[in-house]
Amino acid sequence: MTFTRRQALGLTAGAAAFMVLGPKMTYAATEQTDAAIKAFTGGAEPAKGKISLDTPEIAENGNTVPVGVYVESPMTADNYVESVVILADGNPNPAVATFHFTAMSGVAEAKTRIRLAKTQNVIAVAKMSDGSTFIDTKEVKVTIGGCGG
Amino acid sequence: MATPKPRVKVPKTASQGEVITIKTLISHPMESGQRKDKDGNAIPRQIINKFTCEFNGQVVFSCDMDPAVSANPYMEFTAKINEPGTFKFTWVDDDGSVFETENKIVIE
Repeated sequence: MTFTRRQALGLTAGAAAFMVLGPKMTYAATEQTDAAIKAFTGGAEPAKGKISLDTPEIAENGNTVPVGVYVESPMTADNYVESVVILADGNPNPAVATFHFTAMSGVAEAKTRIRLAKTQNVIAVAKMSDGSTFIDTKEVKVTIGGCGG
Repeated sequence: MATPKPRVKVPKTASQGEVITIKTLISHPMESGQRKDKDGNAIPRQIINKFTCEFNGQVVFSCDMDPAVSANPYMEFTAKINEPGTFKFTWVDDDGSVFETENKIVIE
């Protein structure tokens, strides 16, 4: 089957229009994620280190992605991890969960399962009892997104 | 929706000062509010938004959840045991209902 020049041009234009107008979902932009980090740290820039985020490199099912977080801390009454926020920058809403620890936790470690709409960065930010903040980021490749219908 | 059923795994005994691992799960669809039914209407959000673990009346661990937490929310965390007592686990639904369960632990 051969195309005339006119037909070929029309097809290309149609395909381009479909790509622009095709199904579109709103995803949390990077700015929204940055704003969520700022809101959590109170405007401070979190430092690297102390916190480690444990995620799979490839998640086959975005509906249940196991996520673990561990923060180095003596966990005593006056020096402990107050809270850890988990964010996902490619989801419709970056907020995932916020863990609140106490000195009675013994160790600042928690695991849960989360939804990821597509391949994206998962971010964990920890806030210590002295106000300092730490961040860790991991990319998770998602084979089937967990955004639902 | 079936009534959410909490399931908790706590060791029955611990030694003084031991840090134990607690695993919890509650059956709940965690409807995110992003999905649509077959007529194209958005299904309203209904999730468990708060989980708390208390030991002898003092909060050990708590978690605020957003719709990005998977269905049947699973939580694994730790607690340091200095005395025998009772763990109380509480889940709060968007519609205000509260699901609770308790577990005892003894020092050996």
